[in-house]
Order: sequence, then structure tokens, then C-alpha cells
Amino acid sequence: MASTDLVHAHAAPQGFIRKYIFSLDHKVIGLQYYFLALIAVFTGMFLSLLMRIHLIWPTAQLPLVGEIKPETYLGLLTMHGTIMVFFVLTTAPQSGFGNYFLPIQIGAPDMAFPVLNMLSFWTTFVAFVVLISAFFVGGGAPLHGWTGYAPLSALPNAGPGQQLGADLWITSIAIFCVASLMGALNFITTTLDLRAKGMTLMRMPLTVWAWFITAILGLLAFGVLLSAGILLLLDRNLGTSFYVPLVVVNGQVMGHRGGSPLLWQHLFWFFGHPEVYIAILPGMGVASQLISTFSRKPIFGYRAMVYALMAIGFMGFMVWGHHMFMSGMSPYSAFAFSLMTMAIGVPSAIKTFNWLGTIWGGKVRLYSPMLFAIGFVSLFVSGGLSGPFLAQPVLDIPLHDTYFVVGHFHLIMGVAAIFGIFAATYYWFPKMFGRKMNETLAKVHFFVTLLGTYAIFMPMHYLGMAGQTRRYSQFTEVAYQTKLIPLQTFMTYAAFVTIAVQLVFLFNLFWSMKKGEKASDNPWEATTLEWTTATPPPHDNFGGRTPVVNHGPYEYSVPGAARDYTMQTDPATAPVD
Amino acid sequence: MGLALLSIIWLITFVSTYFFAAKTWWLPKGVTVAAPLIDHQFSFTYIVMGLVFVAAQSGLGYLVWKYRDRGQARPVSYSHGNTKLEVLWTALTAILFIGLNLMGSPIWAAERFEPAQAGAVPVEVTGMQFAWYFRYPGADGKYGATKPDLIDPSSGNEAAIGLDPEDAAAKDDVVTGTMFLPVNRQDDLSLRAVDVIHSFFVPSFRFKQDAVPGLIIQMHFTPTEVGDYEIACAELCGLGHYKMHGMVKVVSQADFDKWLAEREAAKQ
Repeated sequence: MASTDLVHAHAAPQGFIRKYIFSLDHKVIGLQYYFLALIAVFTGMFLSLLMRIHLIWPTAQLPLVGEIKPETYLGLLTMHGTIMVFFVLTTAPQSGFGNYFLPIQIGAPDMAFPVLNMLSFWTTFVAFVVLISAFFVGGGAPLHGWTGYAPLSALPNAGPGQQLGADLWITSIAIFCVASLMGALNFITTTLDLRAKGMTLMRMPLTVWAWFITAILGLLAFGVLLSAGILLLLDRNLGTSFYVPLVVVNGQVMGHRGGSPLLWQHLFWFFGHPEVYIAILPGMGVASQLISTFSRKPIFGYRAMVYALMAIGFMGFMVWGHHMFMSGMSPYSAFAFSLMTMAIGVPSAIKTFNWLGTIWGGKVRLYSPMLFAIGFVSLFVSGGLSGPFLAQPVLDIPLHDTYFVVGHFHLIMGVAAIFGIFAATYYWFPKMFGRKMNETLAKVHFFVTLLGTYAIFMPMHYLGMAGQTRRYSQFTEVAYQTKLIPLQTFMTYAAFVTIAVQLVFLFNLFWSMKKGEKASDNPWEATTLEWTTATPPPHDNFGGRTPVVNHGPYEYSVPGAARDYTMQTDPATAPVD
Repeated sequence: MGLALLSIIWLITFVSTYFFAAKTWWLPKGVTVAAPLIDHQFSFTYIVMGLVFVAAQSGLGYLVWKYRDRGQARPVSYSHGNTKLEVLWTALTAILFIGLNLMGSPIWAAERFEPAQAGAVPVEVTGMQFAWYFRYPGADGKYGATKPDLIDPSSGNEAAIGLDPEDAAAKDDVVTGTMFLPVNRQDDLSLRAVDVIHSFFVPSFRFKQDAVPGLIIQMHFTPTEVGDYEIACAELCGLGHYKMHGMVKVVSQADFDKWLAEREAAKQ
């Protein structure tokens, strides 16, 4: 552990621009990421609203948008997926909260490389602007979906949106990869080198473990996606043939020869599968942290939780082929990928058992952060249990590319991760802004969102079993699918309600910044280092002090202690380990 | 609050489970040799996962309610976990998941490791934006040559897949927009795509396979009931993906022979 005061060389900035725009302070950068993700999530949600409306009322004339055509629908679909996966699920849990709280939780004054940190945020911002600009160019947004399968994504004449829109889409992702690589380096270095005295690896909060392992996944995964994206740009613009064999588009023989469409899928999913863990691991960390804190009990099986995170991270790189069972990939390799995929369910199950074990015998305080953490567990279980269907190649035959898959990943990596973000928001808001969010509004938000998300995504499993294919802009062309429209209609109404209640969250967020009840430095009576410092934390996090850590992160209800929580910095004489 | 949370979680669990158990929406009737095997594996997985789902969700709701903070001075159990329990549920989960995987493997192997039997009906399936074409090799049993520059999607017949009329083996090839198959006979499919990836999905057959440009993918299945079955494209292929629809007509061997002979005659 390097000397922390040497690293933290920059003084507190004075001017507005250095303080709030091009800030080097990890806390400001964390909030910048958070608010970027907030803009992104409401954009992505608005796109999904348009999609849900189009599915039920295909000819509706909408204000601002007009009538949505099939190609517009696919553009919305591509942009919804890309915005949500990259700019929400990767950005808020990891870059947002990770940036703000990882250094504080390990007792560091800042990230290891503050300038790199600033650069990674602004690079992400540029990536977002480039992505959104795809809506406004001729042809509009690309229609190849967030997975951008070649040759569709590689051929400018394969459909509207496949011209400049597709180039912007790939460029945006490539820029995002660069930003994420910078962020990952920073997270890893900070965790390894800037921990305070006494903060051994096995005393790190599980949130820190989750951010650390996620950063390693990012470092290994985004490099591959970056390369894959550059090759795709070359195929599109310089006539190379990495992904495109001889093809004939609408009677026109294209110049490509000898490329492999499956190569893109291998490279994309080599990134894409670890990416789902990048989205969900920070949520797991938050859930662990909150369930222990609000159950007033040490986390059940801390070491098992750490090893499970590591196992998930490690095995996460060996399962990508389960996205490709129907792709024409060798059926023999499906065996191996399937077996690894079933195996990765084991550490995920361990985590669930341990969350339940933590609640067992505790004294559960059901404040809004805890409600969302429990919601996270519920959604994680529901989304997780459809995994063993899809992981078996033989069951993937009827289910692949149906709504069953859409329901599965929305529950487990979409909504579960979003619940993790909500839980983290309600939990850390008092530390970030010095005030609490309104608890009544938070509870309304929680219950309606939980019911609403289940009402939207559970029926998708039924639809998938009945053979409803995903990425269809209308269900009127295939007779057996037309029969399923009533269920789709129900989901659209559920989406209206669920989306509406997110405005309650938005209102609560901004209202509470100004008007919320003033919070003490440790309103949840929690143990980790962020609760030992001022609210909001000063520029160097601990006001010139360097914390010394004497305890593990989850020492609640220690027998014989004066209060039911022992902070990590409490004197070592306290009667624990 | 604990009771509210318990009620909501249980409500979600039981409503979700009801619609699974009542099979309100379910796989369509399976009409291939493999379908009952796949359905059996599906049902078994579904029962196991269903039990775990109900147990985990109701457990979660119950624990949160049972151990809610009621302000009393009840001592909290100070425990960092239990290694024996940890090992137990890790082992049980591993056995369950790996076991399920191994159970389903023979079906997959039978479907995808073995080539089609001798005497299977050869059919070539070609996907292109946004239609399916089916080719039967005719009496010579050989597919004639195709040429990319002869592909004319607007023709709707042999020219749609670029069949080379100069090639002797092409003379008796029949190309259609509707697939005909004889019942209770295995077919020998060759899947191709000329532009982007498509996916040949027939829910009633429990059959799905991507058609990939540059590859010829060999597959087979055996339909077991006469009838009309819908094909849906299952891989996003462009703006017309949703209407890339086709039909399979499974008919008796006699009807199949008659149909093919008529098509051959019409070509001459």
C-alpha cells in the first residue's frame, strides 16, 4: 500500500469549471457519470415506451415522432439496447457509484490517476453524444440491434439506418471501450495500491470487491470489443472482409469475399457475456452491503461471497458460446459452453443462499434502500432460474431469439441491476447530498416498480414458450403470433404505469437535494469508511486524516459491544476478531 | 411494511407460477420425432426450476417478514456463516445444474451430431431478405449450380436463388416458396443465406437453425403429423424481419410424390 498523501497531489479546485466540469475529484466524476446515466436511462426508457406503443398500435400518430415505421422500430430497439447496456448498466453501477465510493471505502483520498479518471468520463460523454447523433443523420439509427450481427451491420445497403447511422453506432461503442479501459485501469490500480492502513483485501467491503472484479472484467472484455468494432468499421468503409463472405444484397453482388459472420459473434460475445456480469456484479456488491447493514447482521459467508464473485468473473469468460447454440457453431462446442454455463449458476446460487442466510435471524430494517436490495434478490432469483433453460442447447432450440430470452435478461441484468442502482441511490444519497430522500415517495416507487417490472417481464416468458420471436416490429404477419397480442397489450399498459412511477423517483431525487430531511454523517448506522467522514465528504475525503482500519466491513450486533454496529475504524480493543 | 413486502412477493410468485402451471401459454403441440424428447426435458427443467422459484421467493418474503425489526430487544444472531451449509448448497446446486445438463445432452447429440439417414428427403432452404426458398434436387438427386450474379429476388422462382440454367444438374431442380415434406420421413436440410443471417424457426417442429451467408449447414428432422406449420424468421435480418414468414406443408408420401411430379412437369 503506497503512501496515500503522495498520490493525492492535486489541491482542491476553486473555479466552477475545474470544480464541476473538468473536475479531477472522483466524487464529482462519480456524480457526472451518475447524471449521464440518468439522462441515458430516461432516454432509453422513452425509446422503449415508443416501442411498446408501436407494437400495440402500429399506425398511431404520435406527437413529435409521427408514425413509427418498421425500420424506425428497429432503430429504437438498437438504440434502446445500446444506451441501456453501455450508458446505464455499465455506467451507473460501476463508473458512477464505483468512482464515488470505492476510494472512500478503502480509505483513499482519490483515484490513483485523477486526470485519467476525468478523461474517461469525458470520453464516455463523447461516446454518448456520438451515439445519439445516429438518430439525426440520413437513414436514421441502425436497425441491426444492440448485438450488431454481421453481415447486416457490415453492409450499408442492407437496410435504412445501415449507412452513416451504423458507422456512428460502431464509433460510439469504440469510444466507449476506450473510456472503459481507462476507467478499469484506474479502478484496479486504486484498489491494489491505495488502501488505507489495515484495509486488507479480506476487510474490503463486498461493494469494493465487486467493483474491483468488474474492472478486471472490463479490462479484458472491452479491448476485444474495441478490436472487433474497428474491424467492422474497416469492413464497412475500406472494403475488407473480416465478417462478410460473398453476399448478394437485393440482387447486387457485393465485393466481399471469404469473411466469417460467426467471427463477429465470437468476438462480440467474448465481450458480451462478461458484460452482463459487468452490469450485475456491482449490484450484487450493493445488495450484500445493504442486506448486511439493514439486517444488522454480518454478511453470511463473506469469504464465500468473495470467492463466488471471483468464480463468476473467471467463468464469465468461458460461456460466451451459449449465445451461439443456433448460429451454426459446431454442435460439439455447444456441449462445453453449456456445461460451463450451468456451472456458473453455482456461484450465483451461493450468493442468493448467503443473502437469505444474512436475513435469517437478523433484525431487518425495511427502509427504502433495503426494499430495493430485497427486490434485487427477488429479480435475480426470477431471472436466474430461466437461465438453466437457455443454457441447455436442446431447450434453447425452441427458446432462442424468442421473448423468453428478452424476459430472462431484462429481469436478471436489466431490472435487477436497475434495482441495484436504486438501492445504491437511496442508500448513499444522504452521504452525497447531506439529505435523505423522501421515504414515503421511495416506498411508492418501490412497490409500483416491483409489481410493474414483473407485470412487464414475466409474461415475456409465456410469450417465448408460445414461440413469439423477438425483434418483430409487428405481430400481424404470422398467424400463431397474432393470437399473443392481448398479452403484449397487457405488457404495454404495465409499462405505462411502471414508467410513470419513475417520474416519482426523479422528482424525489431533485426535490430531496434541496428540501430533503437533513442527514447525519451515518444515518443508517453502517460500518464502512464512507460513514466515518463528513457529509458530503471533503475534497480529500477524510479532511487530512488517513483512516486506520481495525475491523472487517460487516461487524453488526457484535456481542458485548456498546452499540449494534462496530465501525471499521473503531479501536481494535473492541471485542471482535 | 414487512407484511406488505411479504404479500407482494408472494402475490408475484403465485400469479407467475399459476400461469406456468396452468399452461395458459405454452409450447405449441410438437409434431416431430424429437419434439416429445425436448418437451420432456423442458417439463422436467420447468418443474425443478419452478420448485426452486417458489421456495426461494416465498422464503425471501417469509424471512423478511419474520425477522423484521419490531423494536424489541431480541438479540440478533452474530454469525459470519456456516461452512458446512455453504459446502452443502454448493454441492447440491452443482449436482442439480450439471445433472440437468447431462440429461439433455443425448437429445442434442441425436439431433446435431449425426448426419441425416440414408434415404432422407433432401431439401435446400435459402433465406434472403425477406423470404424463404426451398429447393428439391429432382430425379438426379443433385442440386444444380447457383451463381451469385444470377440471383434475382424479384423473380420468385428458380432465378431467386440464382440457379444456373446451363448446368445439367439444375434442369430438374424445383424451387418453391412453400416447403413440402412427406410425413414420417426424415428430411436432409441444407441451410443457406445469400445476404444476411436468417433463422429457420418452426415452433411446432421444435426446430430452429440460423442460415448463415458463406455456410451450408446440414440439419435434419422428422415430421410426424400431416398439417400446415408456420415458419418464422428468428434472426434479425432487416426491416422486413417481422414478415419473413413461410409455410411448411407436411403431407402423405403419395401427396408429396404427386406434388413434386407436378412441379417437375410444369418446369419442362
